[in-house]
Amino acid sequence: MIDLVKRPQPSRAWAWATPLLAVLLTLIAGGAMFAALGTDPVAAIRTIFYDPLFNPQFASYSRPQLLVKAGPLILIATGLALGFRAGVWNIGAEGQYIIGAICGAAAGLALYPSESRFLVFPLMILAGLAGGILWAMIPAILRTRFNTNEILVSLLLVYVAESILASMAVGTLRNPEGGGFPGSRNLGQWGASQNLELLPGTGLHWGLVAALIAVIMAYVILHRHMTGVHIRLAGQAPRAARFAGVDPKRLVLFCFAVSGGLAGLAGIFEVAGPAGQISIDFNVGYGFTAIIVAFLGRLHPVGIVLAGLLMALTYIGGELASFMLNIPIAAIQAFQGMLLFFLLAVDVLTNYRIRIGREARA
Amino acid sequence: MDLGSISPALLIASLMVASTPLLLAALGELVVERAGVLNLGVEGMMIVGAICGFATAVETGSPPLGFLAGAAGAALLSLVFAVLTQVFLANQVATGLALTLFGLGLSSLIGQGYVGIKPPGTGRLDLGPLADIPFLGRAVFSHDWMVYLSLALTVVIAWTLARTRAGLKLRAVGENHDAAHALGLHVVLTRFAAIAFGGAMAGLGGAYLSLVRVPQWTEGMTAGAGWIALAIVVFASWRAGRVLLGAYLFGGVTVLQLNLQAVGVALPVEYLSMSPYVVTILVLVIMSARRARGTAAPASLGKAFHATH
Repeated sequence: MIDLVKRPQPSRAWAWATPLLAVLLTLIAGGAMFAALGTDPVAAIRTIFYDPLFNPQFASYSRPQLLVKAGPLILIATGLALGFRAGVWNIGAEGQYIIGAICGAAAGLALYPSESRFLVFPLMILAGLAGGILWAMIPAILRTRFNTNEILVSLLLVYVAESILASMAVGTLRNPEGGGFPGSRNLGQWGASQNLELLPGTGLHWGLVAALIAVIMAYVILHRHMTGVHIRLAGQAPRAARFAGVDPKRLVLFCFAVSGGLAGLAGIFEVAGPAGQISIDFNVGYGFTAIIVAFLGRLHPVGIVLAGLLMALTYIGGELASFMLNIPIAAIQAFQGMLLFFLLAVDVLTNYRIRIGREARA
Repeated sequence: MDLGSISPALLIASLMVASTPLLLAALGELVVERAGVLNLGVEGMMIVGAICGFATAVETGSPPLGFLAGAAGAALLSLVFAVLTQVFLANQVATGLALTLFGLGLSSLIGQGYVGIKPPGTGRLDLGPLADIPFLGRAVFSHDWMVYLSLALTVVIAWTLARTRAGLKLRAVGENHDAAHALGLHVVLTRFAAIAFGGAMAGLGGAYLSLVRVPQWTEGMTAGAGWIALAIVVFASWRAGRVLLGAYLFGGVTVLQLNLQAVGVALPVEYLSMSPYVVTILVLVIMSARRARGTAAPASLGKAFHATH
């Protein structure tokens, strides 16, 4: 008989070991999936995880891409993790990311063709931040005011945001000199608005700088500040939190504001840099992948940095594998989902001890 | 723009078709939630059901086999959720999200070779003289058999939950799993069965989308239907009859905005196509504002069950 016995306290050793174990199990199961698709599993895993970093043929292109893709993932996941710790479920980061990008781009384009970088770029960042926060405030206020389920509302708003994005790309924000094609002016090629690589050849742009600042601030809030105590308390023991004087409504608003704002920032840095313009297919699912990043990083700021880099690697390696080995891109998506499954499964080891043998008590 | 060109009989007929996938998925989730489990993976199960059903129907040429395969595929996926949440005691919200993310990836992986193919047609149910009634015949009595099956299932589920021993046990597990366990009921087994049933229903709904409603396979074709189904369960206050009402209401909004697009109302297409989601949010707000304190939700909803003795 196999039994689960609850640990009096979560195991610290397993808390570190479970993400690694989950990655290992995903590699095995993913290898089996690739084999089933008729690809050599060793070659597939090698192409996804090794070649982008170390194969001289691809590394010069792939390494900078790692930071380009990890930036938004880390930025969004850091905010989401604060909420998830408090039991506040913002799963609509994809929508906040879109609205942040739209607001930021609109603020910048309103000043076109100004040359003043010190006015335009900061203004765009502020507008992106504000856009993300405002979009996140919809589910947050509906939750605190009417007790409406924030999971469903934040998710449904992603579809609304996608519709707004489409309407902006073909309507309001369309490039007047674009010959009628959908899509805004290219912000990446306009001196006042572009989000440049800070060190050539590294992929480091302002979004990653913002991500690192967010990680440090999240760490300070969680571990050195009273708000962090409230967040953790509300997540683990909501009743105790209320007795301790935590205002659950303020906490919901705070968590949504932070996660929405960071998602909005990720959006504006993306639209001004790697993406370049507002287009119908501007969003590529960072807001959803960031959920996996947050859990893979164990909702801890430092863990999220590592998890963000790993997930970015699966994106880049996945593209490489589809190009080199004809593995469909969708397989990588399934692979990422599988990682979250294994992570959730092995997490039982952190909170429970496994006892094998006959039950002593009758 | 010519609103007169919208025929009421056709509007009702397409409303019933548009509502059926929502109704099937929401009924399944209703049973799951009445057993005390919150499975947020409806969207993922629906889309896996859509491609499993589509692929099977195309390969075998038989829509009934397709529907069976859609239900089986989604039920299989839901068992992953069951094992994670019931055996490994994983967080139900996170696991449900994982199910959706994984399902979207898996479905586009399976669906690689099926883009742009037409599925075999699902036959109409011959209702004889009923179909000849003016107006009603065209609007209500000339659909495929899945529409009527979904309506029959609504009645069966409502009756089973309210009037049978099995329904009582399921509700007991959902309201208070510790008390149910003390009474000797199998909490985990009951929940496994409910989750698998919910998965099969979501799969049927997904297969209906790809085989009848659209009918075609495209990546991400469920487009939030699974999430709307989850909202319908809240809207329905966890009652089967009201699930029917909710599904037809949301189906109606979808059909109406499509018809308005077709006749060229002076509103941008993008704003019309977001309307079902906006209406869903508004309805959720109204429902939650009305029941200020006490909710109709099963008391053990979303809580992990760990038998200590």
